[in-house]
Amino acid sequence: MGTNLNTVTSKPLPVYKKRSQGAEIWRRFRQNRNALLGMGIFFILVSFALFAEIIAPYDPIQQNYEKIMQPPSRQHILGTDELGRDIFSRIVYGARISMTVGLIAVGIAFVAGTALGVICGYYGGVIDNVIMRFVDILMAIPAILLNISIVAALGTGLQNVMIAIGVSNVPRFCRIIRASVMSLRDQEFIEASRAAGATDFFIIIDHIIPNSLAPLIVQATVSVGSSILQCASLSFIGLGIVPPTPEWGAMLSTGRDFLRKAPHLTTFPGLAIMAAVYAANLMGDGLRDALDPKLKR
Amino acid sequence: MIRYILRRILMMIPVMLGVTLIVFTMMYITPGDPAQIILGDNATPEAVAKLRAEMGLDDPFLVRYFRFVKDLLRGDLGICYATKQPVFDRLIQTFPNTVKLAAFAVVVSTIMGLSLGIISAAKQYSLFDNIAMLLAMMGNAMPNFWQGLLLMLVFSLWLGWLPASGFSSFKHMILPALTMGTSSAAVLARMTRSSMLEVIRADYISTARAKGQTEFKVIMHHAFRNAMIPVITTIGLQFGRQLGGAVLTESIFAIPGVGKMMVDAIKARNYPVVQGGVLLIALSLSIVNLVVDILYAYIDPRIKSQYK
Repeated sequence: MGTNLNTVTSKPLPVYKKRSQGAEIWRRFRQNRNALLGMGIFFILVSFALFAEIIAPYDPIQQNYEKIMQPPSRQHILGTDELGRDIFSRIVYGARISMTVGLIAVGIAFVAGTALGVICGYYGGVIDNVIMRFVDILMAIPAILLNISIVAALGTGLQNVMIAIGVSNVPRFCRIIRASVMSLRDQEFIEASRAAGATDFFIIIDHIIPNSLAPLIVQATVSVGSSILQCASLSFIGLGIVPPTPEWGAMLSTGRDFLRKAPHLTTFPGLAIMAAVYAANLMGDGLRDALDPKLKR
Repeated sequence: MIRYILRRILMMIPVMLGVTLIVFTMMYITPGDPAQIILGDNATPEAVAKLRAEMGLDDPFLVRYFRFVKDLLRGDLGICYATKQPVFDRLIQTFPNTVKLAAFAVVVSTIMGLSLGIISAAKQYSLFDNIAMLLAMMGNAMPNFWQGLLLMLVFSLWLGWLPASGFSSFKHMILPALTMGTSSAAVLARMTRSSMLEVIRADYISTARAKGQTEFKVIMHHAFRNAMIPVITTIGLQFGRQLGGAVLTESIFAIPGVGKMMVDAIKARNYPVVQGGVLLIALSLSIVNLVVDILYAYIDPRIKSQYK
């Protein structure tokens, strides 16, 4: 047989660079142009919120009766309102309120919803029944009415608006994580961990929550947008953030009295709300695709 | 099937009781003394104390809650502080307007949403599909109170085609229904498109095409009918959403519905009206969801068979 095995050379296998899970998700997210657009808009709004003092050319509360309801111009790129305040500056500062409400309300819903959902899904039984009936009750009241009731009880203002919106979002997070935990709790790796002597707390923190995060992240992203919208809705009907604080919904509400004379008073705050919600929805859709293993390329 | 319906109705009772507890608690912790609100700021402390005793406001929380539920079961929701009319009567006067508006909004959103969704799915990745889905995303993100103002500006103030407020004729319903219907249409269009796309790739669709049926027949008779199941649920849920969402639209267009009545009542600290409004809308929402579930079971034979 004179074949020298050493002479048989195989084609070297391609070397794949090992990526972390986060890097892989980011790679997939980045390939989605809509998601990147959403992230870009969101980044601009977050920059507005963080650097409002630097970006805004005027004081958002300072009134100027010589410049009332001016249309967009070089000095005031989005015009001025009924009290002569610069609309662009108010929108920039308004981003701070909206982003704060969006992020903190979602934070409240995320923490409370996750805690309740994990308890329900992991332990089941009576606890699950009691908590889920409470969730059903909260879900039976439309979010806007629940928000209105809570704000009416606690009073208007930033803090109470965040609590109201956070509470009305708890049921969604709770249901999502509960379903996820129920599908996980009987899986082999959880059984193995339990057999190895892990406590319930350890299993929940170390196995259950990290494995249930994907749908929660998507929900949280979309909820930031809907929370901003809910805050604007409350302010629009006079139950949210009270003027003169620059808040987009409140700006729209005062602008409606001058709809014919100065439509720009309502146009720009409306566009700002739409941009924020649109960005959150695009990012949510992008994350859903990026986190879905079925779409892995 | 009847057992399923009965079970669902029975399940509604604890949920509605829970809603009454939440609504009552909210109003209980709300600052402001109802007796003082009714009598006004100039009332003497003695008169306020007398009225408080008459209204049972000094009783403990649970006593007041059970009295509230007992009265509720008799249709007594208290007295409106502003008009001194029973709240029940005020709800009866305003609720039909809200239902009419919500129903019309559902019709508008169904027509817009289904047409956009079906054409988008049939012409996937075409220019129409891209534009329709972009519009759907924007419609979903647009605050409906802003959209209402824009519609009012264009069609009432600039063009003068439609009235900007009131609720006395069909013309008055067009702008509010469009305002409420657009975001639902956006949800429905996306839902219909994805549902149709799932069905359109099924083998029986290829078979229908292979048999030589026209594309219209394939889409409408085979794909659409099967894609309708999740879509019908969405339409039903949208109707419930409209009942809640009417709060803002009614305020913008000055429509005498439950939503506007509640917003006015909150500003005037007229809490029995707020309580009544929230309860009525929550009850309607639960009934709508129940009807949707029953319809769902009727439409999909697989679900129906589970309850036989």
